[in-house]
Amino acid sequence: MGGHIVVAGASLGGLRAAEQLRAAGWTGGITVIGDEPHRPYNRPPLSKEVLAGKASFASLAFTPKASAADVEWRLGTRVTAARLAERAVELHDGSVLSYDGLVVATGMRPRRLRCPGPLAGRHTVRMIDDAQVLRDELTRPGVRVVVVGAGFIGCEVAATAVGLGAAEVTVVDPLPLPMVGPLGEMLARVLLARHEERGVSFVLGSGVTGFEGDDRVTGVVLSDGSVLPADVVVESVGSLANTEWLDGNGLDLSDGVLTDQHLRVGGRPEVVAVGDVARFPNPRYDGVPRRVEHWSMPADSAKHAAKVLVGGDAGVAPFAPLPTFWSDQHDFRLQSFGAPVLGLGDVRVLDGDPSGDVLVGYHRDGRLVGVVALGGPSAARAAARYRADLLKQPALTS
Amino acid sequence: MKVVVDMNKCQDHGQCVFAAPDVFRMDDDGRLAYVPDPDGALRDEVEEAADVCPLQAIRIED
Repeated sequence: MGGHIVVAGASLGGLRAAEQLRAAGWTGGITVIGDEPHRPYNRPPLSKEVLAGKASFASLAFTPKASAADVEWRLGTRVTAARLAERAVELHDGSVLSYDGLVVATGMRPRRLRCPGPLAGRHTVRMIDDAQVLRDELTRPGVRVVVVGAGFIGCEVAATAVGLGAAEVTVVDPLPLPMVGPLGEMLARVLLARHEERGVSFVLGSGVTGFEGDDRVTGVVLSDGSVLPADVVVESVGSLANTEWLDGNGLDLSDGVLTDQHLRVGGRPEVVAVGDVARFPNPRYDGVPRRVEHWSMPADSAKHAAKVLVGGDAGVAPFAPLPTFWSDQHDFRLQSFGAPVLGLGDVRVLDGDPSGDVLVGYHRDGRLVGVVALGGPSAARAAARYRADLLKQPALTS
Repeated sequence: MKVVVDMNKCQDHGQCVFAAPDVFRMDDDGRLAYVPDPDGALRDEVEEAADVCPLQAIRIED
């Protein structure tokens, strides 16, 4: 099949899309456009191994499959606008590319705190270049670190900073417990205790209203007016979808780009979205369109979207991934299958004990919708058993 | 087909076991064990296993 497919975004989703287009039989041209100067690399190690100095960029770069060897990579630029009706995109350098197929893979960017105060000393960890700069800061002797945001990334960074020997590590969050949004109260309490035992301090139920310092940050101003001294601040307060370039095409961009059950965008058979920028219905649950910011999403969605883009949807079942994520913090691992967040109202211990390795089940209307394992191999084995159960369940919708 | 796992990278996530259970398994200690020279008919599932490895530690050599 000839023609030209443009892939907007050169992270894991863009790479897998290019590879899966070839696997689906596309023999025409493929151009992948990315704003970072780097080829696609693996992001989860940024908040862990890269900060800890245990991984270099070379070890993070993905090795593209041989089938994608002739893909054209246009890096260090970005798509600034799409004209879907004309099947064309505009690039930052002013050039216009026409396409027969378009893959939206532009992902997310970190949300930043809009507070008064200096910018220097404040970091995010989404990109490799950020992580390498942050690493140099975290290894300064006697450094005091404040992490804003007690989600997974914030807690991973805090754990890594403690491991690097930072003098003080404090996590600030308006919510009453770390990771409580995705995991619920039971596990969040357990995780709070485990972090505190290993040297992380928490200021919970408190927002950030500003930063102190002249040239660079010296303190974080909390909502009660008190000030936490800080040499380094890490902001991990969520992310925003990179969809501005799709404005003006009549699309629903209210949280990522809305797709149909086959990841198609705007009712157009020649435009699909992959990775965490795609807001798709999952018939495995309730069919409500959601974005999923898990590592497994780019590969899962690229496979489905490429197949539909190249061959159409005849005989193809709707995209219905089983979400999975993990998080390594200190000496423990969290491993999740399914959608725990949909079952926060009915949380039960399925295996083990919260004082050690434990497997927690999340239920909706009495039915298991997700599991989270905390701990070592025994918890992982238990989670794997329940993963099989979750996979076997029929769809909740229709 | 030859399968090579960089055991220095592997962190025992077990995602490869789900993708290619005929080639990868976790032993009783939760450590990865695998068949280094699987049947060529298993290629698709081994490729899937390589794709889903969070550490990208699996390499396929022909």
